Amino acid sequence: MRSSVFTIMKKELARFFGDRRLMVSILMPGILIYVVYTFMGSAMGDLFSVDEDYVPTIQAAALPDSIAALTQAAGLPTEPCQDIQAAKEEVTAQELDLLLVFSEEFDREVAAYEAGSGQAAPNVEVYYNSASAASQTAYMTVTSLLDAYESGLANKFDVNAGVDCDLATEEDTAGSIFAMLLPMLLMTFLYSGCSSVAPESIAGEKERGTIATMLITPIRRGDIAVGKILALAIVALLSGASSALGTILALPRLMGGAMEGISTNIYSMRDYLLLAVVILSTVLVLVTVISILSAFAKTVKEAQSYATPLMVLVMLLGVSGMFGGGASRNLAVYCIPLYNSVQCMSGVFSFTVMPAAVAVTAGVNGAFTLLGVFVLAKMFNSEKIIFSR
Amino acid sequence: MSDILEVRDLTKTFRLSAKQQKLERTKQKLRVAVNGLSFTAREGEIFGLLGPNGAGKTTTLRMLATLIRPDSGDTFVDGKSIVREPDQVRRRIGFLTSELKLEDCFTPNYLYDFFSELHQVDRAVRIARKEDIFTRFGIDRFAEVKVADLSTGMKQKVSLAVSLVHDPEIIIFDEPTNGLDVLTARVVTDFLEELRDRGRTVIVSTHIFSLVEKLCDRVGILIDGRMVQCDTLANITRGESLEDRFFAIYKETAGEME
Repeated sequence: MRSSVFTIMKKELARFFGDRRLMVSILMPGILIYVVYTFMGSAMGDLFSVDEDYVPTIQAAALPDSIAALTQAAGLPTEPCQDIQAAKEEVTAQELDLLLVFSEEFDREVAAYEAGSGQAAPNVEVYYNSASAASQTAYMTVTSLLDAYESGLANKFDVNAGVDCDLATEEDTAGSIFAMLLPMLLMTFLYSGCSSVAPESIAGEKERGTIATMLITPIRRGDIAVGKILALAIVALLSGASSALGTILALPRLMGGAMEGISTNIYSMRDYLLLAVVILSTVLVLVTVISILSAFAKTVKEAQSYATPLMVLVMLLGVSGMFGGGASRNLAVYCIPLYNSVQCMSGVFSFTVMPAAVAVTAGVNGAFTLLGVFVLAKMFNSEKIIFSR
Repeated sequence: MSDILEVRDLTKTFRLSAKQQKLERTKQKLRVAVNGLSFTAREGEIFGLLGPNGAGKTTTLRMLATLIRPDSGDTFVDGKSIVREPDQVRRRIGFLTSELKLEDCFTPNYLYDFFSELHQVDRAVRIARKEDIFTRFGIDRFAEVKVADLSTGMKQKVSLAVSLVHDPEIIIFDEPTNGLDVLTARVVTDFLEELRDRGRTVIVSTHIFSLVEKLCDRVGILIDGRMVQCDTLANITRGESLEDRFFAIYKETAGEME
């Protein structure tokens, strides 16, 4: 290899390895992937399971003695069903986990059935709601129990043959998918929008020496801070909105057949308004925090590296929204900036949002932003910060 | 002529970072950049701060421009304190230094209007002033060209115009002709003289002797953060060239400091 190539290589490597910030940016992706994927794995595991102590609510119509013995042995208490239609509605409303429907003479029909006769086998209908983790878990437990029993009888009955027993509504299904994915995606998009503009506006102005030109005018430092944060929030909102809209529109395609025929237009104007309030207040918090971090930095690149831990935090909080069950009912939770945003988003998408929680979130995030503006204004007054080169 | 600027016992100390200590080969953690500086400037004069690099000229001007606060002492601009009334001081001064830059993505026209708004200049006044200064400096030819596409001389003219949007009583220039071609430098120095003739006070810092000789009515010689001489140009030079006198003073001062 030519010596000049080596010389250039050495210079480039010396630049990388001599700069601690660049080193961090090289190592950070691996650390991030490990932390986020570990957390996601744990979250996904929790999403599709319920508490070990949880006892599902099951009703059964014409429960035969054979199956009653099985469910009792498996620790699944079963109530008799008086009204099948009413019970189905309860499953849809997620008030009942499972409904088993047997024919009146199930045990006798099973005993009489000849596997090679060409006639339809006796059928058990197991109604559940796929939008509910508890119902889904109970469904899997009971069907595997029935399948095992059926195998023992040389396949003399069927489970859910030719019947769609998932009683989840279109809204429930779409809502559960959106509630699982969108809070994390939205938080990531909002962070990306904020981090693409705030360092440039604050650290970039310091780096280029243009902020000092403004500071020698009589304008109040607080006005500079507020003006910048509001402008950045608008740009970040546009960026975040563009990404979010693209995601919502593309989600059915992303999910492939899982969402076929399901409309994404399942939310009311009220839901969108609540979501808009949450997004706006979230962007203000993110822009404020990134602006403060950027004010400490000497260059845009340095500001971006300072913001990396915030990115990890935002992603982890986004992943926390994947835990099942919708939004928290505890209002105190909504006093934690950013976590409150994830909870509210999760609540909006799963139809479990409380308007009071959104109000607390907006108030807390607004107060946090005001505090941040005050800090940023103080920083603009600090010669150590403005002239640190 | 009455004093419009009064600098009283101004002192500023900086903490040296480990990197700076290494660079300056010192173990001292503090460096006194400006040490008990006092002087006055009068209406309708050009006052020059002359000194070598590191003498404290830029730090002094930054304090006068309220960008940094003195550790002790004060300065009064038309009776307003830079420590207690920085907003009032900012309304009365125009500050231009090579450290202060203009946003590359905007045009001179936009920037003039932007800074006029920050200084709350009346719209009609702004339009008249802009037309006057843009014509004088030839900025009208590139008023709608982005700063990024302008030459150094053009940028300096725009910076000058922008620093004067509010028609300040005191104009502070740090190295006003640095990096300029001879033609632009001449435009700038002529304009500073014109400002003086209009009764404005101009403070310039420089290490260029010819510039001081051409422009300044009075001169303060700054060495190691101290004002070692402050007088009219004639009283300082005593018939010699300014350059010779400066080095004689520098030698004497260095001897005293040792």
